[in-house]
Amino acid sequence: MSLLQVRGLKVAYGGIQAVRGIDFDVAQGELVCLIGANGAGKSSTLKGLMGLIQPHGEVFFAGERLQKQPTHAIAARGMALVPEGRGIFGRLTVAENLAMGAYLRNDRAEIKADLARAFELFPRLAERSKQLAGTLSGGEQQMLAIARAMMGRPRLLLLDEPSMGLAPLMVQKIYATIAAIAHEGVTILLVEQNANLALQVSHRAYVMESGAITLSGPSHELARNPQVRAAYLGD
Amino acid sequence: MDIFAQQLVNGLVLGSIYALVALGYTMVYGILELINFAHGEVTMIGAMVALTVIGVLAGVAPDLPGVLVVLGGILVAIPACMLLAFGIEKIAYRPLRKAPRLAPLITAIGVSIILQNLAMLIWGRQYVSFPEILPTTKFEVFGAHISLLQIAIVVLALTIMACLWLLVERTRLGRAMRATAQSREVAELMGVNVDRVISATFIIGAAIAAIAGVMVSAYYGLAHYYMGFMLGLKAFSAAVLGGIGNIAGAMLGGLLLGVIEALGAGYIGDITGGFLGSHYQDVFAFFVLIGVLVFRPSGLLGERVANRA
Repeated sequence: MSLLQVRGLKVAYGGIQAVRGIDFDVAQGELVCLIGANGAGKSSTLKGLMGLIQPHGEVFFAGERLQKQPTHAIAARGMALVPEGRGIFGRLTVAENLAMGAYLRNDRAEIKADLARAFELFPRLAERSKQLAGTLSGGEQQMLAIARAMMGRPRLLLLDEPSMGLAPLMVQKIYATIAAIAHEGVTILLVEQNANLALQVSHRAYVMESGAITLSGPSHELARNPQVRAAYLGD
Repeated sequence: MDIFAQQLVNGLVLGSIYALVALGYTMVYGILELINFAHGEVTMIGAMVALTVIGVLAGVAPDLPGVLVVLGGILVAIPACMLLAFGIEKIAYRPLRKAPRLAPLITAIGVSIILQNLAMLIWGRQYVSFPEILPTTKFEVFGAHISLLQIAIVVLALTIMACLWLLVERTRLGRAMRATAQSREVAELMGVNVDRVISATFIIGAAIAAIAGVMVSAYYGLAHYYMGFMLGLKAFSAAVLGGIGNIAGAMLGGLLLGVIEALGAGYIGDITGGFLGSHYQDVFAFFVLIGVLVFRPSGLLGERVANRA
C-alpha cells in the first residue's frame, strides 16, 4: 500500500477552486514530482495535504485517513513541508532553526547525531550555525529549510519549488542534495515549475493543469512525451 | 536630601513595575500584533485579588510576618490572573484570529471595560488600602532615602526579567514562541501547536502582571478598580518606547519611562516657576509616547516592521 494516497482532493481559497479533485499516490521510498505551469494548483495541493488550507476529499497517510487535522498534528504524523519561499525563521540562528525542525522529538542523542549529519551534508550551515538565518543567501536558506525539515525525520518530505529564485549553480547543488536524500530512502513529493530538473531527478511524475492532473507516468517516459516536451520542456 | 538622587531611585522603582507590565504588552504584540488593552486590567485584578487575600490572612493570622502575608496574596493572585488571561484569549481574541486587525483591538478595549466594571461590582468604588504590615526600614544612599520595599521591588522585578529572558532564549517553549512570532504558519509546519503557544504567552504575561499589581499597590499603599487604566497606558507607552514586540525593549522602556516620569515630576515645578506641580507626573509618559511615535516609531530597540518574516 502507498505511503500517501490522495483521492478526489479539492482545495479552494478566497473563492478560487485551485485544485479540482485530483487522485495520486506516492509509494514508500519513491520520489514523485508534480509539474505544471504557474497557477496550476501544485502549491495548493501541498498546502491542502498539510492542512494549511482545509481541503476536501480523502487523504490517506501511512494507512490512516487525515481528516480535518490541524497542521501541527499532520506534522507530528511525519509529513514535512519545505514551503515555497523557504519559510526560514530569519531572526533565529541557523542552529535554532534546525532545533525547530526537531521540535517534536525528545531523543537528545539522536537529534545531536542528525544535526551532525545535517552539518556534514551542508558544511555552509555548520560554518554559520550561530548566525541569524536571515543573513544567509537565498541558496543557503534553501539548504537550511531542507535540513530543518530533515531534522524532524519525516516519513514524507514535501518540497515546494526548491529551485525558485536561485542561481543555476545553486539549483544544481540543491537538486544533488534532493537526489541524495531520496537515495537514503526518504519518500519525497516534489513540486516544481522547472519540469526538466524535476523529471530528471524523480521516479514518477504527474502533470497538473488548471487544478487537474492531465498526465502521469514514469518520469523518463513523460520526458519523451511530445505534449510534455512542447508545453514544459520548451521544444 | 538630594532631589535628583531621590527621584532617580523613585523612578527606577516605578520603572521596574512599568517594565513588568510592559512585558505582557510586548510579548502578546510580538506574536499576535495585537495591543492587548485589557492587560492593565489584568494587573489591577491581580492587585485586588492579592489585597483581598492579604486582608483575610492578616485578619485570621495577625501574628504572621507581613512578608509571608503578602507572599500568600501573590501566590493566589498569580494563578487567578493566569486563568483570567487564558479565558480572555480563548473567549475574546481567538475567535477573531482571522478577522481584520481592528476587530480584536476593539474587543480588547471592550474586555478592559468589562473587567473594570466587574472589579467595581466586586470591590466597590472606594480605594482598597494595603495594610501596613511590611517593614518600613529606610536606608540613606547618596542623599536619597531608599526603603526596604523599594529594594525588594527592584530586585524581584530584575529577577523576573532575567527568568523571562532565560525562558524565551533558552527553552523549547521560548524558541517556539519566537518562531511563532515570526511565522505562525511555518511554526505549525514544525509541529508547534500555535494555539497553545499563544495561550502560554498570555498566561506568562498575566503571571508577571499579577506580581506587578501587588508591587504597585504595596508601593502606593492602595488599589482601586480604575488603577489598571493609567498603569496599562504607561506600560504600553514603555513598550512602544523600547520597541513594541521586543522583550529587552520593554524592560529598557519601562525603566526609562519610570525615571523620565520621576525626574519630570521632581523638576516640573522649578522649570515652570511653580506654574505646574508634580501632579502633572502622568503627562510625561504621553510626551514620551508622542515623541517616540513621531521621531522613532520602531522604538529604541525595535526592528523595522518590514523585517518581519
